[in-house]
Amino acid sequence: MNDAPLESTVVMDATAMSDYVHVLAREILEDGDAIEDIVFLGILRRGVPLAERIAARLGELTGTTPPVGALATTLYRDDARTAGADDKGYTHFDFEVDGKTVILVDDVLAAGRTIRAAMDEVMDYGRPRHIRLACMIDRGGRELPIQPDYLAWSLATDPNEWVAVRMTELDGEDAVYLERYPAEDESE
Amino acid sequence: MTPRNAKVEGPVWTRKDLLGIEGLAREEIELILDTAPQFVAVSQRESRIKKVPLLQGRLVVNWFHEPSTRTRTSFELAAKRLSADTLSMAAGSSTSESKGETLHDTLANIEAMHTDIIVIRHKCAGAPHMLAGRHKSHIINAGDGRHEHPTQALLDAFTMREHIRRLRQDPAATLDGVNVTLVGDIEHSRVARSNIHCLRALGAKVTLCGPRTLIPMDVARLGVRITHDLRDALEGADVVYALRIQLERQGAGLFPSLREYIRLFRIDSASLAHAPADALVMHPGPINRDVELSTEVADGARSVILEQVSNGVAIRMAVMHLLANSGR
Repeated sequence: MNDAPLESTVVMDATAMSDYVHVLAREILEDGDAIEDIVFLGILRRGVPLAERIAARLGELTGTTPPVGALATTLYRDDARTAGADDKGYTHFDFEVDGKTVILVDDVLAAGRTIRAAMDEVMDYGRPRHIRLACMIDRGGRELPIQPDYLAWSLATDPNEWVAVRMTELDGEDAVYLERYPAEDESE
Repeated sequence: MTPRNAKVEGPVWTRKDLLGIEGLAREEIELILDTAPQFVAVSQRESRIKKVPLLQGRLVVNWFHEPSTRTRTSFELAAKRLSADTLSMAAGSSTSESKGETLHDTLANIEAMHTDIIVIRHKCAGAPHMLAGRHKSHIINAGDGRHEHPTQALLDAFTMREHIRRLRQDPAATLDGVNVTLVGDIEHSRVARSNIHCLRALGAKVTLCGPRTLIPMDVARLGVRITHDLRDALEGADVVYALRIQLERQGAGLFPSLREYIRLFRIDSASLAHAPADALVMHPGPINRDVELSTEVADGARSVILEQVSNGVAIRMAVMHLLANSGR
């Protein structure tokens, strides 16, 4: 199913994305966790550059830039899909999570299953004081009781719509698209 | 919800069992190798929990009919690091060896306890294949007679590829055109057989070296170069792979004397001087020290023998994950 979207609309441009990164950073700061205790774990792939941007903004605001790592979550998923040759990369970070405020960062929150896997993975590395969740877009469709602590934008979508976040580091541009696809039964 | 970007891209594992390397496509071998690095990372974690839940609740049975320390331990550890339950069946304690009917019966009884993966080593070539066709557990061949030892070849190829990638500073380097020399007893070695199939599939150039009596006549068909001159075999080798001389076969008159074998074919600093300075030295273990491999070389800077062992766990985790979680 190599299907192109029927329709693709820009719902957030580069300026708006930058503004929302700032909003997320401010929200995190206002929550009152000590900046020295905050560590970021971005969920591969786009959660990682997003986490880096939020951390950099926190650095500008406070003078301290929290460390950023990457979580794959592949080995903790509940759908046991054979990721196999996983070209999105592997979990890597070089800081302790014990006693820290771990902020998970993902570009789009939907079912919540990725976040469940991410929490299990983090817990295998230690015992954080808090785990919090920051997302750019909440597109709805939750299957687990998981809600973001910091959210840029909530966007109700239909099952045949797809939210595509593009980031300069990976995609050459900053933008969020809402793509509409043919409904499942007519696509193949 | 449409799993539009959640679909699996690239090759997908479709086989129920891993019985041998012969017949596997290059893409299948590379899928296993590419699945392994994330498992290397799991074993290297500094946190308390060096395991992942991919096989939680599954049962892996180790069924070894021949002595084995490293392979059995490696499979057991791989299963545990995937959070599977493991069971070891002692060799020969409950079955009469090598009788096909009995093997089937025994396996049917094990399977009645709801197993998911059976890891089998047997002295008879083809025993795992015979079982795989009639039982629904995933069968992994951990060595069958002189035939195959697929996970050994996979961990060897993985170790070689990692080193080539580091050496060339190219994270996508392949084994295409890499010169691998296998030295020693090819005839009785399932490790050699699986390695030849694996390395040829991955595009490596394979040279075999040993006494005429220990190199089977038909092996040239597999697209390998054969030489009986160690110096010739080592020139230009990127990897020097010493095979274990099976001392128990020495009485069979296959080579005149151990002393002569050592003089002509031992990998030591003198013979290794003919290989490039950055050539790797490998051995599947267990080593007969100072027979096929001198102690100084086995423990030297070029030796990656212990890395082979570490990688073995990751490769076996990859194989079990692919077999059990591919939906077949």
